[in-house]
Amino acid sequence: METPALIPEILASSIRLSVPLIFACLAGLWSERSGVVDIGLEGKLLAGAFAAATAAYVFQSPWMGLFFALIVSVAMALIHGYASISQRGNQVISGVAINMLAAGLALVLGNRWFGEGGQTPPLPPEARFMPLTFSGFAALRDVPVVGWMTTVIAGHSLLAYVAFATVPLTAWALARTRFGLRLRAVGENPHAVDTAGISIAWLRYRAVIITGLLCGLGGAYLAISQSAGFIKDMSAGKGFIALAALIFANWRPFRALGACLLFGFLDAAAIRLQGMAMGGFTIPVQAVQALPYVLTVVLLAGFIGKSIPPRASGIPYVKDR
Amino acid sequence: MASPRGELPAWVDVGLIPLLNLALALIVAGFVVVIIGESPLEALGILLNGAIGSLKGWGYLLYYATNFTFTGLAVAIAFHAGLFNIGGEGQVYIAGLGAGAVGIGLGFLPWPLALPLAILACMAFGAAWAFIPAYLQATRGSHIVITTIMFNYIAASTMVYIIINVFRPAGRMAVESREIANIAMPGFRQIGLWLGVKLPNTPLNVTVFLAIAAAWGLWYLLWRTRLGYEIRTVGANAEAAIYAGIKPGRIIIIAMLISGGLAGLMAVNEILGVQHRLVLEFAGGAGFVGIAVALMGRSHPVGVVLSAMLFGLLYQGGTELSFAKPAITRDMIVVIQGLVILFMGALEQAFRPWLVPLFLKREA
Amino acid sequence: MTPAVELNGIDKRFGQVHANRDVTLAIGKGSIHGIVGENGAGKSTLMSILFGFYHADKGDIRIDGRLIKIRSSADAIAHGIGMVHQHFMLVDPFTVLENVVLGAENGMLIGPALGKARGELERLARDYELDVDPDAVVGSLPVGLQQRVEILKALFRGAEVLILDEPTGVLTPNEADHLFRILGQLKDQGKTVILITHKLREIMAITDHVSVMRRGELVATRKTGDTTVEELAELMVGRRVLLRVKKGRANPGKTVLSVENLTVKDRQGVVRVNNVSFNVREGEIVGIAGVSGNGQSELLEAIAGMQKPASGRIMLEGRDLGAAGDPAEARGLGVAHVPEDRQHRGLVTSFDASESAILGWHHDSELGRGFRLDRAAVIARCKEGMEEFDVRPADPLLVSAKFSGGNQQKIILAREIGRDPKLLIVGQPTRGVDIGAVEFIHRRLIELRDQGKAIVLVSVELDEIRSLSDRILVMFDGAIMGERDVTADEAELGCLMAGVIREAA
Repeated sequence: METPALIPEILASSIRLSVPLIFACLAGLWSERSGVVDIGLEGKLLAGAFAAATAAYVFQSPWMGLFFALIVSVAMALIHGYASISQRGNQVISGVAINMLAAGLALVLGNRWFGEGGQTPPLPPEARFMPLTFSGFAALRDVPVVGWMTTVIAGHSLLAYVAFATVPLTAWALARTRFGLRLRAVGENPHAVDTAGISIAWLRYRAVIITGLLCGLGGAYLAISQSAGFIKDMSAGKGFIALAALIFANWRPFRALGACLLFGFLDAAAIRLQGMAMGGFTIPVQAVQALPYVLTVVLLAGFIGKSIPPRASGIPYVKDR
Repeated sequence: MASPRGELPAWVDVGLIPLLNLALALIVAGFVVVIIGESPLEALGILLNGAIGSLKGWGYLLYYATNFTFTGLAVAIAFHAGLFNIGGEGQVYIAGLGAGAVGIGLGFLPWPLALPLAILACMAFGAAWAFIPAYLQATRGSHIVITTIMFNYIAASTMVYIIINVFRPAGRMAVESREIANIAMPGFRQIGLWLGVKLPNTPLNVTVFLAIAAAWGLWYLLWRTRLGYEIRTVGANAEAAIYAGIKPGRIIIIAMLISGGLAGLMAVNEILGVQHRLVLEFAGGAGFVGIAVALMGRSHPVGVVLSAMLFGLLYQGGTELSFAKPAITRDMIVVIQGLVILFMGALEQAFRPWLVPLFLKREA
Repeated sequence: MTPAVELNGIDKRFGQVHANRDVTLAIGKGSIHGIVGENGAGKSTLMSILFGFYHADKGDIRIDGRLIKIRSSADAIAHGIGMVHQHFMLVDPFTVLENVVLGAENGMLIGPALGKARGELERLARDYELDVDPDAVVGSLPVGLQQRVEILKALFRGAEVLILDEPTGVLTPNEADHLFRILGQLKDQGKTVILITHKLREIMAITDHVSVMRRGELVATRKTGDTTVEELAELMVGRRVLLRVKKGRANPGKTVLSVENLTVKDRQGVVRVNNVSFNVREGEIVGIAGVSGNGQSELLEAIAGMQKPASGRIMLEGRDLGAAGDPAEARGLGVAHVPEDRQHRGLVTSFDASESAILGWHHDSELGRGFRLDRAAVIARCKEGMEEFDVRPADPLLVSAKFSGGNQQKIILAREIGRDPKLLIVGQPTRGVDIGAVEFIHRRLIELRDQGKAIVLVSVELDEIRSLSDRILVMFDGAIMGERDVTADEAELGCLMAGVIREAA
């Protein structure tokens, strides 16, 4: 029967689809926990993807692709950081601007350099992060339960494993390091940090840089791991879904992982359930596509528990008088 | 969204700073053009000529400006109420349903009845799409920025489904509805033919007058009515509004309904004036251009109209430029748009420290 | 013995406001030194300079005799100065340990710091009676315990000088007593404590010395044992030469406003107005005196309809105002409100004067038909008000922010008084207003009274209260301490304001 074989496949697919979400979601987490709202995750993902695909093609190396993805994404993050932290500008507008800039520049430059309507040339396997194969696991594939697990867990690319590793790393850093403590403090009550003699701006800039790094990783995954090059509008709203996942997760790392896996699963299921009949009613593919967004609104409306953002989120710090 | 403007004279605030920001955006865009390997000045020349150098160019410019006026006004009234409506894109899209429903569903009605009905339907559908985010913000404090972004995506999915399953005639491959024959906003070319004047073939149609009327209407609402006064007060200072007996929650919802309605009027232009059928993604990013337009125009209807024309110029010129220099695609305009939003919206304060010493009157 | 802290010639301006005028103060080591004064006297500014929040324009600071530069809070902390702020600087979701350790983590990983802090906290708890559960989440602690965390924070960083800014404002009497015991212990251990407060009872109870500040100046320093509450009150409130407005006797008529057992809570549920009852008659001015923050603002807001009372009634000529909690309705019934915070409530600073002049009254039928707002009518009304109240410049199109404080206040008064209200409630009418305008405003209020209006006046300026009121109520800690008539002397009022009820002579 088809169904049992389907499930591990869907799960494996979910994991693959959730990787860019995890990167973007954690990126947003670092930023928002420090008090800087970042609507521009989408733009950084896209810019990172484009940079990765371009560099990987030019240098024929996935590592160069990753390198440039990180640089570009951090650069955009710093623009947002400068506008939000030093200039105390409107953080939402800055994020919207970053998204537009990324989308526009990727297409303009892509068209100029490669002339294929915004796509980058397809990358050979050497220039990508291909799925890692563990020879031992291939043999296990036919073993009943373990076989399922290996299908699901093994065979992902390096960046995917990195993504999963960043979750506990983030949780640990936030909870157990000095930087994490101060960062969480500045997102809740910057005055407490200021009176303790710590620089708020420096803390927030570092958070924003981490956001850039993580978005760069996410973009690189999209372009040179999940796919073999950059396609127009490749991020397809993942940056916003990641934002939704972040809210869903109440700004906590492990819950973020769960939320991203959930959304990844919905995505994977949507592809497979497309047009499938269920009790005489065909599920429209658009309904499943819209589900993450509808869920977010429902959550924000306070129907699924309370979402409690970091208290100082989005408020530029001004010394009171 | 009011910013402290005590120190600089009004004309600097309203005129000089937006122009400076635009100039800066163009300069940065110029750098990108250089990277592409073209000459920025030459590109600028082609752009300007393509937009205002011919009657046809002007036609397209005004057609774009019509769309951007509606979306710009939508963002502007939301700003006046202290809200950021990023949902224009979705509101425009859903408003298309209004045009489609009346145009196709009630197509048997005589056009003097059906056309105004269709226009109202567009406004109503647009407003309805703005209602839920507004209600959630007013009553449950749900951040309207995120809900409206979500609603943009939901609108996209919803419209695809509806167009395919409700409006698409059987057997047609293209994802669109059948033609809306009876109701149309006459194009300028058509009017020219009636008057015996040869006008170039552009999408410009009489909706442009509706746009001007809407701009005037918004001005009147904001500065000559009690409701407008209440909207501006809530946006300027919610505490003062409460002091004055105004209920901010109610005002937020009303302002967003008007905002959605204004955005919805863009569907009149696109669906009833140009496409004459319901098509996919007809909003084409205009909702986002509206943000740039509102910021540049400082949320004032006159400013919005002028900025809408400016962006109309950029879009039309950009299209011509992409024909002449294929290396510079239309997306260049999106880059300029993003830069304008960045400078006008987020780095707004950056210029002030430089300008204040120049303009501040010296105390005797 | 070298003083622990010396402030020499500290001078600080904020724009027009001269917050500290050449303040020189020496604080002895191992003592508890109180600094008293009314709001705006400059006490908080002075201590903020000591803690590195602001930089003094002139003057220097010595710690233990050494001249030091304090450029930021980090410097102050490094020199052994700790501060417990009036509004706590705590991170609510953090535990006590995490809050204490913030900024003093001593290394990249906080594990060891938390361990060390735990030990330290136990020691401090033993030494100073500062018991707190180190793993409790600060946000869930009662206010008194939160304050202890603030003190622990300072001590953990090695503070030798501890500044406390209005510490008992949020404490119950029991918690306050416990705090005093803690301060006593600190003093016994050689720490120096600076206590900023307006509550004279506390000063008398625990300080060794007390300095009085008034209008930015250090007026006097006394040994606490050598002075009395009355003397301190008089020094605090001071004698000011103010043109006393000529005022005839009041001729009160029937009761217009009757406040009955009014209790108002703030958003956190803390009681701000505690079972207050009083009434106001036609043709009289009832002045409510008291240091700001004792519930007067909330009382005004409740009467204006901006806040719903938790219990009690506000009766205006027989109609219950409080039930609806709607300012528009209050206005409709004849209440006019000149708010305390004119910049944030009374005007919209970005609007031009004509639009500010209709704030709250924009539904008046004279201003336009139906939904319309007739610009000409709006401007005309503003001009009328400006002329009657001598607003300068009399330009209805000038943006509200550009008017001086006094003229802004006149615009607001013109607006509120112009509607011929039955009851006028006024908060801080002359705060930040120049002398000429003050006289004008006072005269107008007296005129209104003589026309038979009922007026409730809230002011922190005792002179103003005494100058204008027919009856004076003093509020302290949300309750009315007592009612006096105009003949009451300043010292007595000052005592009531500071929460001290003297026995009858």
